[in-house]
Amino acid sequence: MYQTNMYEGMLAETIIMSGLNNDLINAYFARPVGAGPFPGMVVVHHMPGWDEWYREATRKFAHHGYAAICPNLYVRAGHGIPEEVAAKVRGEGGIPDDQAVGDIEGAMVYLRSLPYVNSKIGVFGTCSGGRHAYLAACRAPGFNAVVDCWGGNVVVAEADLTPKRPVAPIDYTKDLPCPILGLFGEDDHSPTPEQVALHEAALKKYEKNYEFHMYPGAGHGFFYYNRPNYRQQQAVDGWEKIFAFLGKYLAG
Amino acid sequence: MCTMIVNKISIDGSGKGQEGWFQVNEASVSYDHPFHIPLEHALNIDFVNQALGLGARVAVELSEKSARALVAAIQEVLERAEAGGHLE
Repeated sequence: MYQTNMYEGMLAETIIMSGLNNDLINAYFARPVGAGPFPGMVVVHHMPGWDEWYREATRKFAHHGYAAICPNLYVRAGHGIPEEVAAKVRGEGGIPDDQAVGDIEGAMVYLRSLPYVNSKIGVFGTCSGGRHAYLAACRAPGFNAVVDCWGGNVVVAEADLTPKRPVAPIDYTKDLPCPILGLFGEDDHSPTPEQVALHEAALKKYEKNYEFHMYPGAGHGFFYYNRPNYRQQQAVDGWEKIFAFLGKYLAG
Repeated sequence: MCTMIVNKISIDGSGKGQEGWFQVNEASVSYDHPFHIPLEHALNIDFVNQALGLGARVAVELSEKSARALVAAIQEVLERAEAGGHLE
């Protein structure tokens, strides 16, 4: 817990890392100043892109003592203002799951290469980023904790599977190697409370270490202070739960 | 959650963006997260010309009701134009 007489410093900058197939990915990287060792966090942005909210979230993790990296999963769409890049990706129906998992794994490998990062690395995401975080935790061995915030399309009907998203993430549940924290809103349409219950049942079936919270009075994206779905009390509580969870499982 | 519901079509037209008029050759119609309208999901239309870069984009974000009204208005206007023998 921060005390007013403590020194605090942070380094935050864009860096280049290797993603899937060693493609060069630009990423936003924030870490506390000091020798560490710090736990690591891969921060997975949402469908609206590699935007300001995600830069802020990355710095928030650094403020709480994590070396945090947020890869630009839309880098292959080109460079422009985040909204225009995200609009292009939206028009293409999103990015392939394999590509997202490969890039997230690359971010984990990057963190592990750093002398001031301890051996514990988590992954966090909201919206499509929550889904991608869950997929990466299940498919890219090495994560020690995952935080899925309202990731929809984890439960997917077979008819809705696509070449870009060929497997429902819930079907990877048996491979999840680490604890998971899930934060959801009761009024969300995707994931619905019923879909979250199915996900929870799968985690229970495979005896996974999970902690799910379903917030009344909240819908999708209740952390986003710049959107109408922002819910102050639920967001504050959600962030507290995230840092309590990560502190439990990622301490050095 | 992002729905990923999108339909992209080729079009002939012009759009006025930040730097003036340009040729648009694609329209991307999605029902997904918008960037501005205060709704969780909206009917989004991006008129673009990818050859001119990501900034060559004219965007609208509409409520479902507005989108349906727009479709009806376009149809109605085209039918009147056709009835009047004005279509090129």
